[in-house]
Amino acid sequence: MLSVQDTNTPVTFSPELISKFADVVSRYPAGKQKSALLPILHLVQAEFGWTSVPAMDKVAEYLSIQPIEVYEVASFYTMYFLKPQGKYMLEVCRTGPCEIVGATPIMEHIEKTLGVKEGDVTPDGLFSWRGVECLAACGFGPVLQIGPEYTFYENLTTESVDKLIGDLKAKGNN
Amino acid sequence: MARKLLLEHINVPGINTFDVYRSKGGYAAVEKALKTLSPDDVVEEVKKSGLRGRGGAGFPTGMKWSFLAKPEGVERYLVCNADESEPGTFKDRYLMTYIPHLLIEGMIVASYALGAKTSYIYVRGEMMPQIRILEKAIAEAKNKGFLGKNILGSGYDLELYVQPGGGAYICGEETALLESLEGKRGNPRIKPPFPAIAGLYGCPTVVNNVESIAAVVPIINEGGDEYAKVGIGRSTGTKLISAGGNLRKPGVYEIDLGLPVEEFLYSDEYCGGIANGKRLKAVVAGGSSVPILPANLFLKTINNEPRLMSYESLADGGFVSGTMMGSGGFIAYDEDQCIVRNTWNFARFYHHESCGQCSPCREGTGWMEKVLHRLEYGHGKMSDMDLLVDVSKKIEGNTICPLGDAAAWPVASAIRHFRDEFEWHVTHPHEATTRNFGIAHYADPLPKLEEAAS
Repeated sequence: MLSVQDTNTPVTFSPELISKFADVVSRYPAGKQKSALLPILHLVQAEFGWTSVPAMDKVAEYLSIQPIEVYEVASFYTMYFLKPQGKYMLEVCRTGPCEIVGATPIMEHIEKTLGVKEGDVTPDGLFSWRGVECLAACGFGPVLQIGPEYTFYENLTTESVDKLIGDLKAKGNN
Repeated sequence: MARKLLLEHINVPGINTFDVYRSKGGYAAVEKALKTLSPDDVVEEVKKSGLRGRGGAGFPTGMKWSFLAKPEGVERYLVCNADESEPGTFKDRYLMTYIPHLLIEGMIVASYALGAKTSYIYVRGEMMPQIRILEKAIAEAKNKGFLGKNILGSGYDLELYVQPGGGAYICGEETALLESLEGKRGNPRIKPPFPAIAGLYGCPTVVNNVESIAAVVPIINEGGDEYAKVGIGRSTGTKLISAGGNLRKPGVYEIDLGLPVEEFLYSDEYCGGIANGKRLKAVVAGGSSVPILPANLFLKTINNEPRLMSYESLADGGFVSGTMMGSGGFIAYDEDQCIVRNTWNFARFYHHESCGQCSPCREGTGWMEKVLHRLEYGHGKMSDMDLLVDVSKKIEGNTICPLGDAAAWPVASAIRHFRDEFEWHVTHPHEATTRNFGIAHYADPLPKLEEAAS
């Protein structure tokens, strides 16, 4: 079960972010602004790396809904992180079609290479990884994705994973 | 080679842009519909085409449209279900990535037919690249006058928006999708009322799969009767099949419904046979939810007739010896794959994705995962197989939405067809953890009919 991690770090939404929120809200009929919740949570996560309680409270305020309405959504959907993650979160598909073409060895390799268990963050704060359910790319497995752009890496091999991790390390925090 | 209705121009460079798509005859269906047909005419053509929902249920699309309530002064909505999450299925991702305007064009025609002035494409959140592709395509279409106010001078207005999901398989169920689009948890609603009466924001709503909407384009261009000539019997038209697993050439293929499965599986035009020169052991024909079949029963029905890629032929034999077309998520397993491991993997998926609303599904999927896990890791008991079947029967039909059935069927069918493999895991606990149970008699060449029937 997911739990919501509390934090006291204050959160400010930039005017640019608020204008993106407003653009989303304009897609729905008047009074149905709650429909913007999922897209707005994606925007928040892209900005801050995760959805913290203060951020969710501010989203609730922005949409004129109760904070619990935001928490229950953020904890229901798997894409929202309720605790900080590495800058690069490697999400590897672990479901049937990817599994039969080698998803498990890829995850074992990532665990060994990064030296952290599923869900943990590397000491430099750059990486975390986890297995996720079907990513609808079953013909090109094994696959992994990296948010917030959700770039896809297909037909993974241990070599291609090494190269990917090397490239990301070189990129670092830039 | 069969004619392609959806993917004919998929390899044209730049087909993802408005101009190239238009130069290949794109948006002709919008012009034809808005200038020469009434909304009811469009519905009538779709009815005549015999198009069946391509998301999995196979319900006739035209009939679904005709159920839409049209009270005066109440908004109506069309929502496209692009929450493609059924394991084995990746056709919608492919279509949206490479030929996004086909979906936009279909959305305009379908929205016109239904009288929707605002329509949404609900795309699963993981497909952010596809969301950006669609938003760009929508902006192009709007810029060229195919969306917005007074489209092509017809007086018809339409706004089209893309909505990201948050990563939940359950949101592929249409009422869960609507809940999610309203900014809530994806808990399916009790039906009735059906979305056609009370859907998005309580208004009459139609929810259609990406491929169903895209198919409206050739239906309007060629006419429903012409479309219905493709295919076989009540399986009309073409279908996108997502072929994955141990295949030489995995990928998305557009087939005429009625293509023999043997041709689809082994011909070089399609999957090109099993990878690495191995033999076929089993097939999941329509996404992880449908019953798994051993190779012999998949290639031929219990009556020894060649099986076809059609709704009827795949379902031939019911759940005893048949399966379903589902969403067209085709997964092939070679002789080295372990059915117990695969069944456990799928059970874990359904346990993870159960919304938790109905007890039989919430609890049952968890127990099935646990029992299958212990079987796979050499701690199983002989009674586990009957226990699993019992649990699956208690889930099936006892939940608000079909996720319960979808979780029950793969387990029940795997035990029905591969019971000896499960038993081997119990009798060989140490071997079960170190090697797979490669069992030749499931693989082709075909066994004797009596063996298959037992």
